[in-house]
Amino acid sequence: MDDLATENDRLIRYREDDPVDHAAVTVDSFLDQTAASAVRVEPGDDARELIPHLERLALVEVNFPAFGDGRGYSSARLLREAGYEGELRAVGDVLVDQVAYMRRCGFDAFDPDAPLNEQDLEAALTRWPEVYQSAADARTPIWSKRHA
Amino acid sequence: MYLYDQYDQAMVDARVEEFRDQARRRLEGRLTEDQFKPLRLMNGLYLQLHAYMLRVAIPYGTLNSRQMHALADIADKYDRGYGHFTTRQNIQYNWIKLEQAADLLADLAKVEMHAIQTSGNCIRNISSDHFAGAAADELVDPRPYAELLRQWSSFHPEFSYLPRKFKIAVIASDTDRAAMRLHDIGIQIVEQGGELGAAFYVGGGMGRTPMIAPCIKDFVPLDRLVTYAEAVLRVYNRYGRRDNKYKARIKILVHEMGKDAFTEAVDEEFARMLDEGIEPPFAELERIRTFFTDPAFEAGASEEIDRTDPDFALWVDRNTVAHKAAGYVSAVISLKPVGGIPGDATSEQMRVMADLAREYSFDELRVMHTQNVVLPHVRKADLHALWTALDGAGMGSPNLDTIEDIIACPGLDYCSLANARSIPVAQKISERFAASGKTEALGQLKLKISGCINACGHHHAGHIGILGVDRKGVENYQLLLGGSEAEDVSLAKITGPGFDEAGIVDAVETAADVYLRERQDDERFLDTYRRIGMTPFKEALYG
Amino acid sequence: MRILTGNDLKSGSVTWWTGQDWSLHVEDAVDVTGSEDEIARREEAARRVNAPYAIDAERHEGRPRPSHIKDRIRALGPTVRPDLTLKPTETDIGTWVI
Repeated sequence: MDDLATENDRLIRYREDDPVDHAAVTVDSFLDQTAASAVRVEPGDDARELIPHLERLALVEVNFPAFGDGRGYSSARLLREAGYEGELRAVGDVLVDQVAYMRRCGFDAFDPDAPLNEQDLEAALTRWPEVYQSAADARTPIWSKRHA
Repeated sequence: MYLYDQYDQAMVDARVEEFRDQARRRLEGRLTEDQFKPLRLMNGLYLQLHAYMLRVAIPYGTLNSRQMHALADIADKYDRGYGHFTTRQNIQYNWIKLEQAADLLADLAKVEMHAIQTSGNCIRNISSDHFAGAAADELVDPRPYAELLRQWSSFHPEFSYLPRKFKIAVIASDTDRAAMRLHDIGIQIVEQGGELGAAFYVGGGMGRTPMIAPCIKDFVPLDRLVTYAEAVLRVYNRYGRRDNKYKARIKILVHEMGKDAFTEAVDEEFARMLDEGIEPPFAELERIRTFFTDPAFEAGASEEIDRTDPDFALWVDRNTVAHKAAGYVSAVISLKPVGGIPGDATSEQMRVMADLAREYSFDELRVMHTQNVVLPHVRKADLHALWTALDGAGMGSPNLDTIEDIIACPGLDYCSLANARSIPVAQKISERFAASGKTEALGQLKLKISGCINACGHHHAGHIGILGVDRKGVENYQLLLGGSEAEDVSLAKITGPGFDEAGIVDAVETAADVYLRERQDDERFLDTYRRIGMTPFKEALYG
Repeated sequence: MRILTGNDLKSGSVTWWTGQDWSLHVEDAVDVTGSEDEIARREEAARRVNAPYAIDAERHEGRPRPSHIKDRIRALGPTVRPDLTLKPTETDIGTWVI
């Protein structure tokens, strides 16, 4: 229980639904068993393997063992492109200066190793008045506004 | 040239404030150096051998006089009165203070400039043909495509923590003046059946493992350009090696997968992405194109040049290039005075260049990857006045593409990665050949010097290349022959054992003498080398 | 001997550990053999220095001189711009570097 309580302190969610109450399994385990509804994607995993099973997934954790390994950004975005609507949680070495891009790639929850400063988080998420690209979030790219 | 609208300006302004906040958190100790490093690098700020160094982006090398004046003012206000133009058409300052860096970026933003993504494992500043919009041989101006990609790649949410840095060059003529095939992605705008499209070359680069990019797609329709680039980047981000930083560039991925398998992976990704709404509408490309229309060239401008002054005539012959408009040329301002530091310009010289651009070149300047500056649109009738002003400011050397026009990285004088000094070698070579008078006889001879294997000085692509290495704590220089960054791209080969500093200068002269002895007709050094091979050079150097 | 160097966090200037503080001048550096890691950790944590590391040096006329040319150039400034080095008026300083 202590572990869970600690995790909840750090967990930041931008979703209305309740968090999944059981631990995420590895991609290999998930593909082997039908019961799990939470999976953890490591940087070397091919997140596309999950696509045939999206309807039974409620939580995908994407692990960032080191913040400089950016594979998880692609994992997140391609799951959203495939239509995944469940929780997409960035876990591990997740820093406040990364969360804005992560939100754009489709992450809607963060469970960082080190807690994020609330003010810094607010600043990071409200920093960008516009975006140049279409991505996995709902923001309107600059080029679309220019030719609206 | 491209001008920001309120959106572009808002993004650059937001970035300045983001960096101000990040620098403040670093100074307060709330970010460790490990955490701060990628953030400062993505704003062009390095910790170099002597101090912080800031690299400012000059998108596709194009800037106006107001911007050049701002660069001069920054050199005086935040640095030590000079800057260094780089082989990727940027400028860098060597003595920047972290506590002032955000103010510097704010000054840049006032003139629609920035240092965004000039370093770090992200998509870097897009480079292009320095004669774009002026060259007699171009299909179209390549810069609108470069600008479209600049906006797409800026603050890209998925591709800011790539395995390694990522460099893109865009050209639109068969003559390659941007080392296009030595980039992670090289794009050539081409025409097929009356339609414009983009040929994609992927996986080129210099550095430790030099590779020439193969063409993976000979025609991508222009309304799919961004999507195709996105597909290439996603394949790279997912599968590029992250276990070894020396094998992390996309060239290694393309090489290890094989061109065909890599292309197939990109095509699969591309097919999936087509419905994702990634591509800006064609109207956006049209909007950007309107910024790159021709200036108001004077109809019937005189073709006459008064060549009575032989020094001026020599400069005209060497440093001006054919222009698409009658009566005009592109004029190259040499930042390679004999014995000088290649690519360095003082703040005063920057102001002179800016004012001359305003007076004689429709307010436009270009930075060349060869570390010179171009005034792209100069009336032939104005050349003498231009040359007189340049010569008076120490920028009138008549040495474009000669052995004195040396590319050199900052080397061990400034760079913490370097193993040997590059600049003193360049200085001694230009002095040697200027004194011997052989420069003229040698004609086009591109000499490129890197102070370490990272190859910022493009030594792999030099007709003659020099690579500085550390041999038991002593600077040592390897000689390479036969490289080219142009449309006849090739990688130079090492001649043999290295030389000390004096020895490498002699060795370059020896190689040049072999060429003078062996050349036929109007062969360049490179042509002679390709015809006779390495052996005669080796015999002369080591025999 | 081993001497400790780094950069000033705010200005980026090259600095050398003197035993009590950080100096711009390598001549002020002291031997830290055996305690380099501990000093580096402590000083970096206090943000009195950025990215510190120890290098080899020898005594030269009683003063520390870094063993490697890279560290000597770092200590003095660019050899191609003597006017920007720490000793712009010493014309024979090149022999100390090279």
